[in-house]
Amino acid sequence: MSKDQIVNKDDLVVRFAGDSGDGMQLSGTLFSDASALTGNDIATFPDYPAEIRAPHNTIAGVSGYQVHVGNHIYSSGDKCDILVAMNPASFKSNLKWAKKGASVIVDIDTFTDEAMEKAGYKENPFTDEMEHAYTIIKAPITSFTARIGQEQGADKKTADKCRNMFALGIIFFMTHKKLDQTFAYLERKFAKKPDVIKLNKAVLSEGYEYADKLEVIHSHIFEVAHAEMPKGRYRNITGNVATAWGLLAASERSGRRLFLGSYPITPATDVMVELSKHKALGARVFQAEDEIAGVCSAIGASYAGALACTSTSGPGLSLKSEALGLAVMTELPLVVVDVQRGGPSTGLPTKTEQSDLNQALYGRNGEAPLIVVAASSSANCFYWAYTAAKLALEHMTPVILLTDGYLGNGSQLFRIPKVADLPSITPRLAKPNDPNYRPFRRDPETFAREWALPGMEGLRHRVGGLEKCPDGPLSTDPENHALMTYNRQEKVNRVANYIPEQEVTGNPDADLLVIGWGGTAGAITLAVEELNNEGKKVAYTHFNYICPLPKNTGDILRKYKKIVVCELNNGQFAGYLRTQFPECPMQQYNKIMGLPFEVGELKECFTKILGE
Amino acid sequence: MAKRHFVPKAGVEYTKADFTSDQMVKWCPGCGDHAILSSLLSTFPKTGHKKENICMVSGIGCSSRIPYYVDTYGFHSIHGRACAIATGVKLANPELSVWVNMGDGDSMAIGGNHLIHAVRRNQDFNITIFNNEIYGLTKGQYSPTTKFGQVTKTSPFGTIDYPFNPGELVMGAQGTFFARSLDCVPALTSQVMEAAAKHDGTSVVEVLQNCMIFNDKTHAAITDRAVRDDRTIVLENGKPMIFGKEKNKGIRFNGRCLEAVTIGENGITMDDIMIHHEDTEDTGIHMMLARMSGDLPVALGVIRNVEKPSYTELYENQMDECKANGKYKCVDDLLNSGDTWEV
Repeated sequence: MSKDQIVNKDDLVVRFAGDSGDGMQLSGTLFSDASALTGNDIATFPDYPAEIRAPHNTIAGVSGYQVHVGNHIYSSGDKCDILVAMNPASFKSNLKWAKKGASVIVDIDTFTDEAMEKAGYKENPFTDEMEHAYTIIKAPITSFTARIGQEQGADKKTADKCRNMFALGIIFFMTHKKLDQTFAYLERKFAKKPDVIKLNKAVLSEGYEYADKLEVIHSHIFEVAHAEMPKGRYRNITGNVATAWGLLAASERSGRRLFLGSYPITPATDVMVELSKHKALGARVFQAEDEIAGVCSAIGASYAGALACTSTSGPGLSLKSEALGLAVMTELPLVVVDVQRGGPSTGLPTKTEQSDLNQALYGRNGEAPLIVVAASSSANCFYWAYTAAKLALEHMTPVILLTDGYLGNGSQLFRIPKVADLPSITPRLAKPNDPNYRPFRRDPETFAREWALPGMEGLRHRVGGLEKCPDGPLSTDPENHALMTYNRQEKVNRVANYIPEQEVTGNPDADLLVIGWGGTAGAITLAVEELNNEGKKVAYTHFNYICPLPKNTGDILRKYKKIVVCELNNGQFAGYLRTQFPECPMQQYNKIMGLPFEVGELKECFTKILGE
Repeated sequence: MAKRHFVPKAGVEYTKADFTSDQMVKWCPGCGDHAILSSLLSTFPKTGHKKENICMVSGIGCSSRIPYYVDTYGFHSIHGRACAIATGVKLANPELSVWVNMGDGDSMAIGGNHLIHAVRRNQDFNITIFNNEIYGLTKGQYSPTTKFGQVTKTSPFGTIDYPFNPGELVMGAQGTFFARSLDCVPALTSQVMEAAAKHDGTSVVEVLQNCMIFNDKTHAAITDRAVRDDRTIVLENGKPMIFGKEKNKGIRFNGRCLEAVTIGENGITMDDIMIHHEDTEDTGIHMMLARMSGDLPVALGVIRNVEKPSYTELYENQMDECKANGKYKCVDDLLNSGDTWEV
């Protein structure tokens, strides 16, 4: 391929877009898997509509999947270098995600008058201006696929389903990747359908060869940098699966049965779907009749001695509020996973946001403190689920773990740990027949009470939502209520003694401190890194422990002249920090569009603040 | 597969006193709850279950204070959610004998959804519904079982709500056990509770209970000694449905509906009287029996008791099968499954 112009790149963003049934999520996954296996770091982000199959060829029905590959990948990338658009609607709605000069592959066969009209085009979209701005490759994907289908005796519907393989073949050629990985996948997936394997392989190869024959493509072959990653065994994982596995690991390590009581809700459902597969590993999953029964069954399971969890998303967390107060009052360990989505109410079910923070911190009646932690990458959902379980079991309190749709559905490389190497978990179990057992006797250091399980001899006791005195019986005594309220708060405050100090990255001597929390770490890290590489001075601190905050938080905040808090909401974390550190002035950068941050917008914001 | 039992036996003989707690019982003097508590306490020794393995779960309301008065493990939870909490307790530890206590508002208004779904799944726990047809703890508002037209604090012009019949709800949800008793007949209450304890799956015992402060004598039309024998019928499995002070009345099916007849009148003989079969799988007759009122005597005793694998049994069987045949023996196996590679 002497005539090839190989474009060497540190990273490359590919976006697959098509109709909901066009198999874009699969194409994206296969491309990211193949990239990971050939040594790239990866991050993916599916962008799909709430409707399962919106009307064919409409903008509402467009489903997308973005893959970011290269060395040191922190996020799924801002705009793409290559866009695949399988129909006019996906072309129209996704072109805004393509960089200027990007390669755009369209299935030209789908650009019929009817389909273009459905997508809202009044005239031919491929104007001279557009052809100038992008390299548009008009591939006859449908007709090529149909021809191969015909040759192999497949019906039109079956052949149509393989169109995504043709597009994938083109992408594989353009990114200098081999097809073996995907062949192996097809053989596994359709083991019982040799016809389907044959057809898919043929279409994939045809796409690859088609690309080889196009001169324009030969000037757009991308060689993406391999990742320099710590040694170890790796796999690809989504945030929701990582969350489920983190809980499984915590159950095994703590010796407590895992119980999950949940109700289906986007985008959290996959946590329950994943755990439902693992009865062999002892996962006791209960699909409840509603969100309230989900959390209540978990509270019952916790009383009976399980590592009890419930998974949900914003509206579901609202429904669980009263029961969370019960878990606070009974001081039982409980992990609540909230995969945040756009709100309020039903909001934007399939889009990401960080707007449940206030609800997690404050959304209960009475003084009802609990621990709040947040994951910051798809892969580290594993560790934060594990940590949430550890804190719940060791400090006898409910813990809310905040992830979000971006982390939950997105995927990343995950360095596989050994369960034995994870931090130990020591549940605070009472000793049977302990004559001194009292339901609310506390550890003098942590203030955590002991966990006496039904079935244990000599520890019969009652718990419930009514205020109790330390010995267990009900009490409406004013001083007792003050004491118990103080103790419940102090127990959560003291968790700060058991978590690591907050770290600052970037340039710690900068004037500007950037603050982020939860799922935005990828984009902020990259923005800060790029600015520092450009000679600007920016410090960055990212919070995973939200309540309580690490003990040195105030010391860090007070060091910087300028602080900007970036979050995908209207400023909830900024408000929370202000109540604790009113002496520190803070600016905000907020985005509420149901979308993750882009590196570009963050750099622009930080540069502006630096110049003020 | 052979029937499985999960709750271990005590190996010691308990008495009622072993289950009586040291807490002061704070119900109003004369409240029907006292008698129900007493029946429950005398039922526990008969179950043979280890004391530590009994767990009481309740919601909110007068009746829901019961866990404090029983010396076992107990959870006094939040309004309406007792069934959901009990579900988690039993799933986390099938070796526990779980008893749920709720009032009519707790179980059928705010907790109605949890009740029907627990019953539908045949969750393995025992539910007692204290039905006084009123909200007592909040001082006298109409409940889902308050009689149509009744004047209460929130229905000063009479309710326009059609009431639920708990038995109909249970059977509509494919329930496997339903019994009814009266607070003033503790021996019968104990008897049906014992049968409930033996039943695998959800058992629901409705006790018609008197709230003498906010709904006094709501059940008097059937519970008063003067009329009780004629206004109620105690069903016994395999026996004819006979009732009345003179034991000369019976229930027969006339081809259209149930009717109360007098033996010896209009050519009616014992052969016309229905025999009670509590184990008939079809809910039709049981539903009709649970609904009897007005001209028909209110049915007491075990109305329905059919065998069907409980949720616990099905769940544990599936867990055991998965553990025996599962690909992964530990979490490390799972983490390293599928496509992985070494860097």
